[in-house]
Amino acid sequence: MNSARKRKFLVLLSSLVVLSMAAGLVLYALRQNISLFYTPTQVVEGQAPLQRAIRVGGMVEKGSFVRAKKGLNVEFKITDFTKTITVSHTGILPDLFREEQGVVVEGQLLDNRHFQATRVLAKHDVNYMPPEVKAALTKKVKT
Amino acid sequence: MISIIPMWKLLYQLASPKLFYALAGRIIPGIAVCALLTLIIGVIWGLAFTPPDYQQGDAFRIIYVHVPSAFLSMALYGWMGFLAVLLLVWRIKIAGLLISQIAPIGACMAFLALITGSIWGKPMWGAWWVWDARLTSELILLLLYAAILATHQAIKNKEDGDKIIAILTLVGLVDLPIIHYSVYWWNTLHQGSTLFVFARPKIDSSMLYPLLLTIIGFFLYCLWIILEKARQELLLREKRQTWVKIQFEGEAK
Repeated sequence: MNSARKRKFLVLLSSLVVLSMAAGLVLYALRQNISLFYTPTQVVEGQAPLQRAIRVGGMVEKGSFVRAKKGLNVEFKITDFTKTITVSHTGILPDLFREEQGVVVEGQLLDNRHFQATRVLAKHDVNYMPPEVKAALTKKVKT
Repeated sequence: MISIIPMWKLLYQLASPKLFYALAGRIIPGIAVCALLTLIIGVIWGLAFTPPDYQQGDAFRIIYVHVPSAFLSMALYGWMGFLAVLLLVWRIKIAGLLISQIAPIGACMAFLALITGSIWGKPMWGAWWVWDARLTSELILLLLYAAILATHQAIKNKEDGDKIIAILTLVGLVDLPIIHYSVYWWNTLHQGSTLFVFARPKIDSSMLYPLLLTIIGFFLYCLWIILEKARQELLLREKRQTWVKIQFEGEAK
């Protein structure tokens, strides 16, 4: 590289470094706003605001799902495996909603253990496999 | 050092419009045939012969459009970034021309990724759109492409336009790592990566092979279209040059 090119290259490189540092700082400052949801631990520890529209995400606890005898009311617990909160919701759930699956619930915190959801979003995991493979895998785990 | 010198030489030779035109013309038919073959085999394999997913059933098959288009939207932008450095530091004009031809294709890919993601998100997540870090940063990529296209359209002298969009491209390069790592840095609704360069993919191999085929197919298709468009644009820009006249009118008598 001759000197003129070297200079240009260094100018480009240093401006890119400065730019990415600026972007990094902005994103770091905004991290709580960029994150889509609070975790149950944050909720229980009181880091999430009460009576405000927020989202909470976690796994639906096994055996916690209860459907009301009448109407569309459902109740379930979500957990991040350290803390657990109870969510109540009225409405239709997405196809992927099931126990031991990730969900993100939108709504308001009544207190730091109870959440009233207006919308339930199902998260899906990174695994893709045919049903037979899944059946074989669960069989292997059980034996 | 010895192996680097011929690389540079090749790069400089490719920078000659005449050679680029001839070489691109020679490799385009091969790329086109490979693109069509991989796309047709990949799509038919993925849609008809791959087993359904254990959770999402047949709906997961939209992966064969969503993942390749998302991958290409980022890969093409990365390529534009590389060309921008070639243009600004080494003043290779062909690089600038290529940036202006890649941008519309990249914009199409980003748009396709967002649309297919939205169609996928509604039945699976229960929402068309969520302001999640992955979705938002991909939307920003689409807007970057739009800004690049609009700026290029607004400038009359195309070579000046190339330089300005090269700078814009470099500024937007910051978005690429943000898109990729968004699902790890923040809590998002979008799941993490399924494919990795060095680790085992988290997708069953019966579903993986058609996915790899469609990714390669999308890549070759984009390359084909970009080279074809670049050749046309090159002729338009260089129409007064002797090599173009010789190409179409034969040697001057």
